[in-house]
Amino acid sequence: MLKSKILVIKYYLLDAEWVDSTFFWSLNRSSPKNFTPYLALVENMEGESIFEVDSEDGVGADIISTVEFNHTGELLATGDKGGRVVIFQREPESKNEPHSQGEYNVYSTFQSHEPEFDYLKSLEIEEKINKIKWLPQQNAAHSLLSTNDKTIKLWKVTERDKRPEGYNLKDEEGKLKDLSTVTSLQVPVLKPMDLMVEVSPRRIFANGHTYHINSISVNSDCETYMSADDLRINLWHLAITDRSFNIVDIKPANMEDLTEVITASEFHPHHCNLFVYSSSKGSLRLCDMRASALCDKHSKLFEEPEDPSNRSFFSEIISSVSDVKFSHSGRFMLTRDYLTVKVWDLNMETKPIETYQVHDYLRSKLCSLYENDCIFDKFECAWNGSDSVIMTGAYNNFFRMFDRNTKRDVTLEASRESSKPRAILKPRRVCVGGKRRKDDISVDSLDFTKKILHTAWHPAENIIAIAATNNLYIFQDKVNSEMH
Amino acid sequence: MFARGIKRKCFDGEEDIEGTLAGFKAIPSYNLKRQSLLDMSLIKLQLCHMLVEPNLCRSVLIANTARQIQEEMTQDGTWQVINAQNTGQASLDQLASSDILCRSTKEQSDGKLIPSYSSFSKDFEDIQSQDIISDLSTVTSVQASRNPQGNVWEMENSPENRGNFQKSLDQIFGTLENKNPNSVEDLFSDVDNSYYDLDTVLTGTMSNTKMGHCDVLESFSSQTTTNSNINELDHIVEILVES
Repeated sequence: MLKSKILVIKYYLLDAEWVDSTFFWSLNRSSPKNFTPYLALVENMEGESIFEVDSEDGVGADIISTVEFNHTGELLATGDKGGRVVIFQREPESKNEPHSQGEYNVYSTFQSHEPEFDYLKSLEIEEKINKIKWLPQQNAAHSLLSTNDKTIKLWKVTERDKRPEGYNLKDEEGKLKDLSTVTSLQVPVLKPMDLMVEVSPRRIFANGHTYHINSISVNSDCETYMSADDLRINLWHLAITDRSFNIVDIKPANMEDLTEVITASEFHPHHCNLFVYSSSKGSLRLCDMRASALCDKHSKLFEEPEDPSNRSFFSEIISSVSDVKFSHSGRFMLTRDYLTVKVWDLNMETKPIETYQVHDYLRSKLCSLYENDCIFDKFECAWNGSDSVIMTGAYNNFFRMFDRNTKRDVTLEASRESSKPRAILKPRRVCVGGKRRKDDISVDSLDFTKKILHTAWHPAENIIAIAATNNLYIFQDKVNSEMH
Repeated sequence: MFARGIKRKCFDGEEDIEGTLAGFKAIPSYNLKRQSLLDMSLIKLQLCHMLVEPNLCRSVLIANTARQIQEEMTQDGTWQVINAQNTGQASLDQLASSDILCRSTKEQSDGKLIPSYSSFSKDFEDIQSQDIISDLSTVTSVQASRNPQGNVWEMENSPENRGNFQKSLDQIFGTLENKNPNSVEDLFSDVDNSYYDLDTVLTGTMSNTKMGHCDVLESFSSQTTTNSNINELDHIVEILVES
């Protein structure tokens, strides 16, 4: 398998100049079994094109559906609609090649989930990977959980870089030796070999959910994790696959009374008894597992009263929370609804402490967006390592970053056209009418098929991963003055 | 980028209804927009049935939106007025609005009345259907009723036969009056979804097997309460699964 190089685009975080060096990595994933990656638009430092860009067809199964850094940021996992997981590893920085500092290369690829058929319900179960979560590393191996709509799997990623040589009974190819040729005994020795990354499924947590799993979250105790579907949240032990404990159940006795579903959930990063889940009505519930076995009753309910001046038939839909993330400090929560991102203080339930408009210019277009279903798009959000900047995606391959301290924000675009080697990535602007500057995009020419739903931020450094349909972009800020 | 076909059609259809409402002084554009939004919601909900795995969150949000519109229309009195004009039926409880969904030909030939529709409430008491109730959200108080109006397939030709809102909801939420499962099959011809239970329809699945459920369900023809329906449905599913 090719080890494809991902050349990293450099930028200044929210400041001056965004330098874009190249990059991007797109898989030809038309066949899950015969996976052959190819590079699109990879240019070397001299600006020469190494590989030709292939057309953007065969999008279907290649659509990236989740992106997640591990706890050190050394590994980056992506899942796609075809049930595949691709893990990238960051190359260690070397003094010899200063311009290849910390690039991400493909580390391993495997088929995590296959399409299934539920015979009882006569329904296909999609193999699309909804979420990947890394386990904290406890030994040489890396472990991650990947889930589709129904089944969660624990995968172990190990490296093998040595192999034993010098067997007595087998020759180099593994064929049995003719015993008469064996005249002396030798002790097999471990010799280095090309690095081989092996991935194996260690646990399969199946049959825990009637509805579609939308999130998983590993507990800080590193022993348990939870999985949430539309109506229920289950608690699992990582070592036990045949049973799980239901901790939240909002299914009404009569399904026709159903008006609210669970949209996302996450464990608190430090308190192993606390978790939060968000709903389609825009509320957040913080639950304490010590309070009772079934956490239907929340400890805290975070809900902002509706703004009566903005009321419309779409108010409920746009208030539905699509993602919730605790800050690294554990003190705040970040939520994303259709038009805004909000920062909540765990100590204040009445309203968020900060609200940022992602694309308020869409407020007058809600009817059209309802018609074409875009209003149901679920955007994710992310904190940076120090909880000072938050990021989320938007349409037209735009993504937005908000600096909580300076209150400045920026819109950037993840696209090939704007990604030239060493070129400066410039901030974008959407104009709503009125004064239009050069290079502004008007609201009506936004491409709503190009949506950035999945983004991830390196836990410590200013490196971000952006999934734009079937392409993955990795952006890194300029840390080294050598890069100038 | 934005589809316009549906809206236009509904809009055109609406004009006829509005025209027949003598003395109806509501702001036409708002009502029309609201109506078309409602119609769009119903279409989306019905399309959910056709998907392999409908998204429950989306379905719930759409249903809530439709319910909200309907409640506002009820408060406005718009609901009642439209119904009185269209159906010519005596009962004030019978409500109707433009029907954007096609009814099956079978139902038409049965001459179904417009079922009553009081609100998006949880009232299942009057359900006469023996089919497993497929339900995406609350809905429906439904009474078996007869609809003398023309086949909705001819809707484009005879806009005055616009059927009724409740019928649309029925089909979406599966409270089919028709005792013949074929009506559903007419709607969703490539999906064998004759029978649903609440859970499975909400998740777009079907809890059916092909064996003898017709007979089993025939025995439930006199169910009149939701709760007992659901319990019975669970019971049916259990039987089917075990058999």
